[in-house]
Amino acid sequence: MTRTIGVLALQGCVEPHRAHVEAAGARLLAVKTAAEIAAADALILPGGESTTMLRLLRVFGLWDALASAVREKPVWGVCAGAILLAQRVENPTQDSLGVLPMTAIRNAYGRQRESHRAQVAGHPVAFIRAPKFADLGPGVEVLARAGAEPVWVRHGNAMATAFHPELSGPMPSPVHRAFAGPHALP
Amino acid sequence: MTEISLKTGLAEMLKGGVIMDVVTPEQAKIAEGAGAVAVMALERVPSDIRAAGGVARMSPPALVEAVMASVSIPVMAKCRIGHFAEAQVLQALGVDYIDESEVLTPADEDNHIDKHAFTVPFVCGATCLGEALRRIGEGAALIRTKGEPGTGNIVEAVRHLRQMNAELRRVLALDEGEVMAEAKRLGAPFELLRVVRRESRLPVPNFAAGGIATPADAALCMQLGAQTVFVGSGIFKSEDPAGTAAAIVKATAFYNDPEKVLEAARALTGAAMPGLELGTIEAKDKMSERGW
Repeated sequence: MTRTIGVLALQGCVEPHRAHVEAAGARLLAVKTAAEIAAADALILPGGESTTMLRLLRVFGLWDALASAVREKPVWGVCAGAILLAQRVENPTQDSLGVLPMTAIRNAYGRQRESHRAQVAGHPVAFIRAPKFADLGPGVEVLARAGAEPVWVRHGNAMATAFHPELSGPMPSPVHRAFAGPHALP
Repeated sequence: MTEISLKTGLAEMLKGGVIMDVVTPEQAKIAEGAGAVAVMALERVPSDIRAAGGVARMSPPALVEAVMASVSIPVMAKCRIGHFAEAQVLQALGVDYIDESEVLTPADEDNHIDKHAFTVPFVCGATCLGEALRRIGEGAALIRTKGEPGTGNIVEAVRHLRQMNAELRRVLALDEGEVMAEAKRLGAPFELLRVVRRESRLPVPNFAAGGIATPADAALCMQLGAQTVFVGSGIFKSEDPAGTAAAIVKATAFYNDPEKVLEAARALTGAAMPGLELGTIEAKDKMSERGW
């Protein structure tokens, strides 16, 4: 049966995931409500502004639904989404769902001027006002680095990328294939 | 798929959000706290620029820097149309986006800035498809309507969104042999018109700006196809800025859910900014007619 990949669609970079998810053989569902979160087999927390997403999750009463979903289903946080998943957030400190044992340092490379492309898993990908992942806890698997920096990590059912595979080829990206493809984690 | 540039990539991250005009670091913090995805650092909001008259220029660097230091979200700043030296200063300052804006007094009556020459991304206003594609041809990574800034009157932004949608539909329906004549008619670069037809949309995101003052205004623009809204005077010229900011953020996120827009509108306690009927503005004072 075709898996349904929910992308949290309160704000941010949602639609560019669609073609990748479909190329990986799954279906994309933009999710905005607790019922839609429950209907998804796996969740992507997309890039965007983490402060805006935090506020909207609170305002619309979605915090508890999402906090339990990310502990039960496969979840992938991209950039701002990775910040939401981290156990600790710096620059500045802020709330998070706290499932990935690491510290996400916001805007760690700098501002938009420091946005750049780098090779990750053999492909050039975009880092946009990107975070860095630090203080990785025991059991956090580093799936890819850019230079010395861990930029694609996994722990249990949760995965995070500091970069945006949805903004470039190939189709599907290696990350989308790992998350949404036929051999993805159950 | 088409590679999305780093410049347009940041605009993708701002989708579904609200970008707010601020004139102090304190206002920037209020905007961030209310859920803004970015702020526009200005010396004066458009309604005050309109009231003050005279020449409106780039904001003082110290003000922009103070705003940049006060929040963690992206900070934009405006330069005058064609004033590439102001843009160079803003790039050196490290702002995240430059708005080559008709709200300021144009510096060049013929030419907009060559935006390919910059690493910082630009947003430019457009009233129609041809104008949007001319700006994109010059390197704009994001387009917004020109609205009629500082009026609290949504009619111009709606006109621009409707115009863009109608022209897009027309371009998509053309026979291939008619594309060059359409490029000539619109004054649009031919190759970009072909990109529009291939992708069935504008090559960069399209946001709404100008005259947005209420949660329903934001929902209207989003339903007409805008992907994010800029709110200028509408927040800090209202009676309850923090409340208005939060309400417009909510309405933008759930623009197609009237119950949620109602909830946002209901939470407002103060009055919206005072509005201006466009018939009362002389043609020479219309900001949306600046640029070409």
